Amino acid sequence: MQTLNFLKPNRDNIKNYSIIGSFLVLVSLIDVISNAFLKINLTSFLPGSLTTLFPLIIGLIGLNMMRIDYSGNKKLDLLNKNINTNNFNALLTLVILFSIIKALPQSLSWMIFDATISGDSKDACTGTGACWTYIKVWFRRFMYGMYPNEFHWRINTAFILVIALGFVGYFMKENLKKYLALYYVIIYPVIAYLVIYYLISGGSFGLQWVETGAWGGLSLTFIVSFFCLIFCFPLGMIFALGRRSNLPAIKYISICYIEFWRGVPLITVLFMSSVMFPMFLPEDFFMDKLVRVIIAITLFEAAYCAEVIRGGLQSLPRGQYDAAKSLGMGYWKMHIFVILPQALKLVIPGIANTFLALVKDTPLIFVVGLAELAGMLALAKTNPKWLGFAMEGYIFASIVFWIICYAMSKYSYNLEAKYKTER
Amino acid sequence: MSDPIIKIQNMNKWFGDFQVLKNINLEVEANKKIVVCGPSGSGKSTLIRCINRLEEHQEGDIIVDGNELSEKTKDIEKIRAEVGMVFQQFNLFPHLSILDNCTLAPIWVKKMPKKEAQELALDQLKKVQIDDQANKFPGQLSGGQQQRCAIARALCMQPKIMLFDEPTSALDPEMIKEVLDAMVNLAKGGMTMIVVTHEMGFAKEVADEVIFMDEGMIIEKADTKEFFANPKSDRTKLFLSQIL
Repeated sequence: MQTLNFLKPNRDNIKNYSIIGSFLVLVSLIDVISNAFLKINLTSFLPGSLTTLFPLIIGLIGLNMMRIDYSGNKKLDLLNKNINTNNFNALLTLVILFSIIKALPQSLSWMIFDATISGDSKDACTGTGACWTYIKVWFRRFMYGMYPNEFHWRINTAFILVIALGFVGYFMKENLKKYLALYYVIIYPVIAYLVIYYLISGGSFGLQWVETGAWGGLSLTFIVSFFCLIFCFPLGMIFALGRRSNLPAIKYISICYIEFWRGVPLITVLFMSSVMFPMFLPEDFFMDKLVRVIIAITLFEAAYCAEVIRGGLQSLPRGQYDAAKSLGMGYWKMHIFVILPQALKLVIPGIANTFLALVKDTPLIFVVGLAELAGMLALAKTNPKWLGFAMEGYIFASIVFWIICYAMSKYSYNLEAKYKTER
Repeated sequence: MSDPIIKIQNMNKWFGDFQVLKNINLEVEANKKIVVCGPSGSGKSTLIRCINRLEEHQEGDIIVDGNELSEKTKDIEKIRAEVGMVFQQFNLFPHLSILDNCTLAPIWVKKMPKKEAQELALDQLKKVQIDDQANKFPGQLSGGQQQRCAIARALCMQPKIMLFDEPTSALDPEMIKEVLDAMVNLAKGGMTMIVVTHEMGFAKEVADEVIFMDEGMIIEKADTKEFFANPKSDRTKLFLSQIL
């Protein structure tokens, strides 16, 4: 590298060097862009492989000329610190940048410019691009599954009601605030269950009965995730406390529970819940498949929640327990007022992690014949009239799941910021 | 002589195989102030933590205000409510404001109405001169202020006995004085106090008796003047010569 020393800037000539350097990087970018988008090879005069490597070499020299420990120029320093610390990083930066540029035209034209969205049958899709018509035609199925079209308002109303009930906490009067936890842990799930049971299942109030086998699509994803989330958290909390209990019976029951559910794959649990479980029940006892699946996922995820919460409990200093005890608080008062409020705050990131995983695990319920969003997709792609559009379907599902999960993680960041306390 | 409020007889305690407290005998009468001193690891903190059963002893009896402490003690919470404790690391609840730190236990343990508890808390905070900080959070206060808040929090339970576990050891020299002042005021008010500390000035000023501990044993127990004027054992003399 000795010979390249004249390409190294110092504090005196950095201004000129950075201008030349950025010009060289710009040239390399122009070359790649014109190559990718306009199909013009500006460097066709160069021999063979040099043509393809040309932008890389020019870009590397450019970045090398701009690299300096400290220039005083904020933007330049930021660039050097983040993507241009040494030659290898500069190379990585350029390769990634060029790859994105090269991949962009094809993906854009497939997804947008050559794509079809008009029409309502497979015949509309003749172009080389994506066939969004497929998503459009199947949209109601992806959202509501096999639920009869004329009753979709029932699902929508139920969801709006459940969401509205979820916001009750924000409008509660100050003197009722202490019952908030009770509301969310016990009352809210029961009301939500009743709303969903009477509106979506129907069977009374003049609403036609729709069996759970017909439920599906994104609404089923929401229903399963919703109940699993609100039930697995308190259950996990109980087992986390149980595992730290001084009473050997409770402690070992908790350990066995956690280790059992963490040790088995979710897919076998789902199979068991739908195939084996009914065998152990009395003849005349009937439990809906969806309910069994929700119970199975809840029990499964509760074990993970328990371990996350236990981590939070362990990170509290012993002094907090001592102080609470010395003030005469018993086990429950100590945990409710002192330990859990602090521990739960600490485990927000971990719990968010578990919840995201839970939402993304829901497609597994397809193995027991329940088709939520990804399951509906699997059904739709095998429909003889619509063969060959798996790609569009999975892209659609990925985007939907990403939006849900990103919203959840954003919400968890908000919670973290809201409940942050100084130690 | 009145009945002692704390009575410890032939108490032994082990951590695993290691015996931390050896044959402790101690009687504390109501309204007396006892200072416990001694080198690190001598069992001072463990001793006072045994008095409100934050640590369990294995042999001997501890009787606090007529209640014997053992595994059979059912209402240990009730006894703890009578025995306030202040810790080296303050141990305030960081998620609650200073006022809520003070009112939490009176409201939920003593079932005091919220308003009454807040008045009591503000009163106690005023006595330690941090009533103007009542709505701040512990993390926003200096160490000295936090420790004074911890004292106020313990006093809000209106205890009969106060235990202090090296209350000034985690503080800057400048802040030690404000905490000691609060403790001196408390002592003048007639509280029964057991204080583990290295602040010999404090001991000379308020203590009725000084206890010197080493290697889990009470080496010397004497009136304050006697203790400093002519200590009996050589170990005490050595200790005093090093810290005075």
